[in-house]
Amino acid sequence: MAHLSVNSVVQVSRHTGPVEHLQLRPFGPTAVLAEVADSAAARSLAAYARAARVSADEVVPGARTVLFDGVADPAVLAELLAGWTPDAITERGALVEVPVVYDGPDIEDVASRWGTDVAGVVARHTTIEFVSAFCGFAPGFAYLAGLGEEHAVPRLASPRTKVPAGSVGLAGSWCGVYPSESPGGWRLLGRTDVRLWDPDRSDPALLAPGTRVRFVPA
Amino acid sequence: MTLWVEEAGALTTVQDRGRAGLAHLGVPRAGPLDRPAAELANRLVGNRPDAALLEVTWGGLELRTDAGAWVAVTGATVAVDVDGVGRGCGRAEWLPAGGRLRLRTPSSGVRSYVAVAGGLDVAPVLGSRATDTLAWVGPPRVMDGATLPVGTPAGPPAALDTPRPPTPGPLRISPGPRADWFAADAVARLCAAPYAVGEASNRVGLRLEGERPVRVRDDELPSEGMVLGAVQVPPDGQPVVLLADHPPTGGYPVLAVVHPDDLWQCGQARPGEELRFVRG
Repeated sequence: MAHLSVNSVVQVSRHTGPVEHLQLRPFGPTAVLAEVADSAAARSLAAYARAARVSADEVVPGARTVLFDGVADPAVLAELLAGWTPDAITERGALVEVPVVYDGPDIEDVASRWGTDVAGVVARHTTIEFVSAFCGFAPGFAYLAGLGEEHAVPRLASPRTKVPAGSVGLAGSWCGVYPSESPGGWRLLGRTDVRLWDPDRSDPALLAPGTRVRFVPA
Repeated sequence: MTLWVEEAGALTTVQDRGRAGLAHLGVPRAGPLDRPAAELANRLVGNRPDAALLEVTWGGLELRTDAGAWVAVTGATVAVDVDGVGRGCGRAEWLPAGGRLRLRTPSSGVRSYVAVAGGLDVAPVLGSRATDTLAWVGPPRVMDGATLPVGTPAGPPAALDTPRPPTPGPLRISPGPRADWFAADAVARLCAAPYAVGEASNRVGLRLEGERPVRVRDDELPSEGMVLGAVQVPPDGQPVVLLADHPPTGGYPVLAVVHPDDLWQCGQARPGEELRFVRG
């Protein structure tokens, strides 16, 4: 780890010209956190690293980072990532349609925040093509990007103790679907019958990072 | 061959090395909290290091077998008996057909590992027999009355295993990826005073009580990937060391990371006990 000193964030981009698009931060002796501009760049970097057969146990995209965990040699990783640019990966993920019954307890609240009515919320929500940016919170819970900052809504001040599986909600500029019943503070627009998480499927998470998502009225 | 669990104690789970490669889908890795103890138990009975075994929290386990088998108990210091006759920890012991193995309450440490020659042959989930207690991915929690199939032993137990037992000591830390969200001396101050282990500690995290690291940034951290041993500082300022069942992503800044070789101590530290950090 000597070559990745903690106090000097490594600028991989010295090999590539512009320096702002990728910063590597050591995360303990066997992991590196790669920081990028936004979630689209994080998805692109994760896809690029996987395509290049990166030597890591885990490649975990976040809101504007990619964690590489179980890395034997950070210098080798830095060299591999140096070839990446934010537009390196243009391949689009599979498209999944998620039918929604728009009867969620917060849909009128969201409508008033957006300055529209329930029909307007449904129209807006079904127009956007979302992309799964990363998973977290629970197995198969995907943070879906695409809403835009102008439609961001705050989380509930006091989270619900029980949110049913299949609930479709918003928090900040993210959209998400609860794979299982859990507590939660997202503003709920509706519900779906689609099974988001099934460990017996070959792809257990329906909305794995990179998957494109369209909501359709059920 | 089958194990019958008569008493499961406070919390008993099946563990193997864990479920790697699925963090990007939101799946915790799981696996034993005291990895060296789990590996020792498997070695003692002649198992491969990735064989599934039991992690027993606070003792209290009682089980029987329908056929004779070599077993080994490691980890916490705990009185062990077979049909009422005292047996040792940290060595292979013969459990005869119909015999009852019993673990009392540990006198030090928290978690015991019980390996059986052949390993537990419960159905794997997503390639692993480890049970994650955050989302309950993996084999079901072991309850009173559970029956657990055992695989075929690979060979005789190890005749002798005299590993150097890990020595408890300060947890070695390196600065985390968000150390710059804290005061310049925050890592040094983390090492300056002891922290007490909180009651709410579990397989997800070791909750610590002590001096609160001072933040210099108050904005919200966008969710990012987390590693085993990350020392997260939530808004209440009390550090949490992330353990085997931690969520794969989190939104609290990581001040430091505990060295992997020292993490076993986090699985054996009791509420109220004190731990120290050291730069390493």
